[in-house]
Amino acid sequence: MDTLVAQYTQPPFSHEGYTQDEQEDYAESIPPLSLKFALPPVDRPAQFLRAMTDDHSNPDCPIKIAHGTTTLAFRFKGGIIVATDSRATAGNWIASQTVKKVIEINPMLLGTMAGGAADCQYWLAYLGIQCRLHELRHKRRISVAAASKILANLVYSYKGMGLSMGTMITGVTPQEGPALYYIDSDGTRLAGNLFCVGSGQTFAYGVLDALYKYDLEDDEALELGKRSILAAQHRDAYSGGYINLYHVKEDGWVKHGFMDSNPIFWETKLEKGEFSNVTSHL
Amino acid sequence: MEVLLGITGKDFVIVAASKAAMRGASILKSNDDKTRPLNKHNLLAFSGEAGDTIQFTEYIQANIALYSMRNETDLGPSAVASFIRSELAKSLRSRKPYNVNLLLGGVDPISREPSLYWLDYLASSAKLPYAAHGYAQYYCLSILDKHHHPDISFDQGMRILRMCTDELQRRLPIDFKGMTVKVVKKDGIQEVEYDTSKQVLSA
Repeated sequence: MDTLVAQYTQPPFSHEGYTQDEQEDYAESIPPLSLKFALPPVDRPAQFLRAMTDDHSNPDCPIKIAHGTTTLAFRFKGGIIVATDSRATAGNWIASQTVKKVIEINPMLLGTMAGGAADCQYWLAYLGIQCRLHELRHKRRISVAAASKILANLVYSYKGMGLSMGTMITGVTPQEGPALYYIDSDGTRLAGNLFCVGSGQTFAYGVLDALYKYDLEDDEALELGKRSILAAQHRDAYSGGYINLYHVKEDGWVKHGFMDSNPIFWETKLEKGEFSNVTSHL
Repeated sequence: MEVLLGITGKDFVIVAASKAAMRGASILKSNDDKTRPLNKHNLLAFSGEAGDTIQFTEYIQANIALYSMRNETDLGPSAVASFIRSELAKSLRSRKPYNVNLLLGGVDPISREPSLYWLDYLASSAKLPYAAHGYAQYYCLSILDKHHHPDISFDQGMRILRMCTDELQRRLPIDFKGMTVKVVKKDGIQEVEYDTSKQVLSA
């Protein structure tokens, strides 16, 4: 009889929806900017993930993550040039030659992709969402500084958990002018005039540093960005494919092509006489 | 972080080596000369494991000198390169191989043609128009790919070398204390004055 009474004295819908405990769990466990992920159910998840995925510390790892890239971006008087290669490698395997490593966050902001392809794509898409929400909430476009900081704080909250990304966020805003930020998965965030990221960075830096100046004309700057990526594609085995070239200006970015690097290489060699260590005859 | 660079041109070879002698966390000497002349027209620059470098290079130097004395003629660059490569290959298959990377710059005494050989501790040998060893490869080869042409003049060669050393000063995290620069021409080996005291900062 007592059980019957207990059964019918409860409010009729109390078993539906979330309990107080569940609600608190949801409210308190989600950090304001990051999402919740399942971690491997082992003692030290970060170390486990490294053993399963990291080529560098364990060549026999069962999952090879797409790595190896050349990306660059530099500021100059006409705005910002962003250029990347298009090769994705997983270990020694060229997984793709047609990767879009410039990520169009929105019509004003560009991001570049180096390191884990999935990490970059996912989190830059997420950054796009946050930027749009900022616009809706504040009725004005987000600054590049703020956008880059959202990403930096986000990746920092996952520090040590195996994220791998080296990215540059660029854009032109009325308050900042042309702005360029470098962000990596260690949590580094740097503002600067010129960055090259990825396994081919040194080769790109070589060409770019030697001829870079702030007072470049638009066509000179585009050519320099293109040539720097070509240099890296030639010398770095993990870079290659196409050259993806963008120019970021006050009224948004302009795409300057996704160009096959092979004919560009031979044109550069045969018409300008560069790459003199490569033979062009049998 | 030792730097070796070599650039050939119309009638010369420039060979440059960093001046810092580093052991562990210290720079022991800041005017080290990592080059040895082998005969009138051949210059060898070396980097690699401490001890091995000098032992191996001076062994080569002595044998090339011995050849010149016995035969009253100097070996040309390709012959010297072949000899060095064979010694490295022998060493590689011994109980304790030499860990030495080399650049050989030379001018053929008869044809007066300049040549540059890149050799590493695995006994690879390659004749190249321009070459580098160590981290310098990563920063300088792209510059040389763009700016080098086979028939450049000595002044153009020095300008390209300056682009390379500027980039190294700008981007390498450790100061390599400047470069010893030597040039091999038809009338022998000369040291070139080379100032790297000006600070180079990245953009």
